Amino acid sequence: MLNHTPTEIAERSALRINPAKTCQPIGAMYAALGIHRCLPYSHGSQGCCSYHRSHLTRHFKEPVMAATSAFTEGASVFGGQPNLLEGLKTVFTTYSPDVVAVHTTCLSETIGDDIPQIVGEAKRQEIIPEGKYVIHANTPSYVGSHVVGFANMCTSMATYFAKEVKSPRRRTTDKHQINIVPGFVDPSDMRELRRLAEATGLKVTMFPDTSGVVDTPQTGKHIFYPEGGTTVTELQNLGRGVATMALGWWASRDAAIEVEKKAYVPREILDLPIGIGATDRFLKILKFRGGEITKELERERGQLVDLIVDTQQHFHGKKVAIFGDPDHVLALTEFCRDLGMVPVHVLTGTPGKRFGEEANRILGAKAGNIKFEGDLFTMHQWIKNEPVDLLLGNTYGKHIARAQDIPFVRVGWPILDRVGHSLMPTVGYAGAIRLASRMLDALLDRRDRDAPEHQFELVL
Amino acid sequence: MTELLAARARQVIRTGEGETGIECEKQSVAGSVSQRACTFCGSRVVLYPIADAVHLVHGPIGCAVYTWDIRGALSSGPELHRLSFSTDLRERHVVFGGEQQLEASLVELIERHHPKAAFVYATCIVGVIGDDVSAICRQVSERYGIPVVPVQSEGFQGSKKQGYDAACEALMSLIGTADASDVGPHTVNLLGDFNLAGEIWIITEYLKKMGVEVVANLTGDGRVDDIRKAHGAGLNLVQCSGSTTRLAMQMQAAYGIPFKKISYFGIDDMAAALYAVAEHFKDPEMLQRTRELVSAEIAEILPVIEECRRDLEGKRAAIYVGGAFKAISLVKALRLLGMKTVLAGSQTGTRDDYEYLTELCDPGTVIVDDSNPAELSAFLSEGKADLFIGGVKERPLAYKLGVAFCDHNHERKLPLEGFIGMANFAREVRASVCSPVWQFAPRHQNSEPQTLEV
Ligand code: SF4
Repeated sequence: MLNHTPTEIAERSALRINPAKTCQPIGAMYAALGIHRCLPYSHGSQGCCSYHRSHLTRHFKEPVMAATSAFTEGASVFGGQPNLLEGLKTVFTTYSPDVVAVHTTCLSETIGDDIPQIVGEAKRQEIIPEGKYVIHANTPSYVGSHVVGFANMCTSMATYFAKEVKSPRRRTTDKHQINIVPGFVDPSDMRELRRLAEATGLKVTMFPDTSGVVDTPQTGKHIFYPEGGTTVTELQNLGRGVATMALGWWASRDAAIEVEKKAYVPREILDLPIGIGATDRFLKILKFRGGEITKELERERGQLVDLIVDTQQHFHGKKVAIFGDPDHVLALTEFCRDLGMVPVHVLTGTPGKRFGEEANRILGAKAGNIKFEGDLFTMHQWIKNEPVDLLLGNTYGKHIARAQDIPFVRVGWPILDRVGHSLMPTVGYAGAIRLASRMLDALLDRRDRDAPEHQFELVL
Repeated sequence: MTELLAARARQVIRTGEGETGIECEKQSVAGSVSQRACTFCGSRVVLYPIADAVHLVHGPIGCAVYTWDIRGALSSGPELHRLSFSTDLRERHVVFGGEQQLEASLVELIERHHPKAAFVYATCIVGVIGDDVSAICRQVSERYGIPVVPVQSEGFQGSKKQGYDAACEALMSLIGTADASDVGPHTVNLLGDFNLAGEIWIITEYLKKMGVEVVANLTGDGRVDDIRKAHGAGLNLVQCSGSTTRLAMQMQAAYGIPFKKISYFGIDDMAAALYAVAEHFKDPEMLQRTRELVSAEIAEILPVIEECRRDLEGKRAAIYVGGAFKAISLVKALRLLGMKTVLAGSQTGTRDDYEYLTELCDPGTVIVDDSNPAELSAFLSEGKADLFIGGVKERPLAYKLGVAFCDHNHERKLPLEGFIGMANFAREVRASVCSPVWQFAPRHQNSEPQTLEV
């Protein structure tokens, strides 16, 4: 299928081929699923909502509930106010959510629907029942990427719910409460981040939290609103936290800033804790904010280091290509560097020149091809020009992996053709153990496959 | 009865209760968790399998991503259709227009890939920002001498159906643009078969054995040059009637090609389709060959059916698929396996389809149009279904309820058409219904008469 990719790289300005990003609304939808008893609501054509639900379902293998304004021709001319009012009425009478999280689409943005104004109208018409909430985020599909849509919805959670504090002196803190914005990661990762933070003795308010929502057990029931998700009360009490830890500059930073603005909670902006260094920094901040690094955590870290010591010769000098969402890619780049690998191609589809600066900082003199707002056509061309030993990225890498016959480890979002990611984390020390093992499996399986008979060894 | 969205009450009926006249072909209710897709989706589905054309999605990035290589519409040759091309409109284009972006993208694609044609899909905002897609297409077409076809597929125009129509219009603009004088009399076009898991190849093989040649596969493993001379064929075979009946009617009006609505699912419908072709050409030898083919094929798969039937007899099935025509074939196929249908529904059925379904199904079967997850799971539990046949969004719903599942949508991995397809279907259904996992998995924990669990 990829025999259409020429090796020679030419400047491209207009066309996007085999994207490494998607549109904002799907990120907002995923984030909103992380609020307890929340129904995400897509204000646009019904197709958007259907696509986003299907895509999330393919990744999580779970039912994904979200409602749509089901725009018609009329709405595209006269605006979507009647659809949203009607939609909210339907949603509250039929699905009784506690929270409805409205996000826009390219269409409702272009025609300029003013969501707060329409929601205000819904309040006046008493469409929103007592004690229920409608929040919103603007998620124009022609700006940023799905990661930005996720970030925008996270920020809205703080905007709408976090109780405002008038001055820093008026602030009441719970010295055990730490707020964590986990980023666009799997429910398994959110669980693991919570476990690590709680292991330091702190109390965690994580938002959003999709664990218990899109990783539910088989019970013989379809539960419309599963147990998981951040509660409204938790969100209202964000101001009590000793700090807000934003994991990932792209997906989480704005939300932490918003909590700081509203309630003077200091922000800590960190990388996504993938790998040893980033997880160390995560725990260091937890310690600084009142947590305690237990023997148990030290043991976990030691086991990870031990595994890498045992296997470093297999990683050393191996060339790797990494693509996906910026927070993931940067953290993975650092981890690969620390394993002794050489990340020669590093790419994200999401815009933001900070990506290039960070990747360059991580790789220093070893920096190779680095690109933000790129696509997989470019990645394929790079690999054709400079082959690699391993490819790391989401499912869309499989075409390249096959065309160039390179080992491939799936990490990030979306993963449409394998399972396990929802239940087993990539973050933290445990996640790094799993990730390093999978990378090693891929490298060694290849070595075993390709070794001539006399060099095919039982013990490696 | 399960609580329904009030406005939807007439989109659900039960057979045998004197209820008729289901309401359908309606816009989804605003605020519903509809399983439906949009106009763009419909166009993309129909045109996507034309493998030697470039398909350029003009709009912000999302639409191109969600339709990138997700359908197993196989090609026997070029695979240009499997790549994702988008103009990836950004904020500046929304303000200043995206025409330049579109033109530059087309030029680049055509110069690199030398496709036989290009399709340009206009998504949600293209009209609103004032791009004249047709004009750009015309210019580029003149410059490169290949058809560059605009597809007006803004999502808000409606459901998939409007998209099918837009796609048919695009196809119609290609048909008749090449010389068809070498096309023989015993020839057909295949419409509405998407060659999922290579199904068209099975059907083409049957036709070949009968002595019938296929001129163009309009919607699966398609080639531009074949489509351009499709007007020379003697007959149009229309499957998935929702998507391409309109095209068949237009071709009849313009070129006098008769059409037959057929289905390749299940033994009965498959055999009926082949006989219909043979009868149409009024060739006794062909009819004889068809008889031989059908009986040989049936003899081969019957043991499989019988074996599966032993395990499936008496089990209960629920169906919720894209088009109602498929639901009809499925009800029959399930009967052959000894299974009873307790729910039959579709996203986009017509009144005629539903009337036929109502007649066909046993009393007490729920017939539903444009359903949603809460409703579906309630019907599944209420009907104590053992099997659910649906698409990507329905699968996890079934599994959560402890119900077996068969994907009869574009994510199927085995061919389900043809006689061999019936055997595959039987095996797949049995594999899921009889999976050992169900002994550990609770089923229908909310099967009591109920209101929705929310
Ligand atoms: S790009 Fe726009 S129309 Fe397409 S799926 Fe995203 S929001 Fe919907």
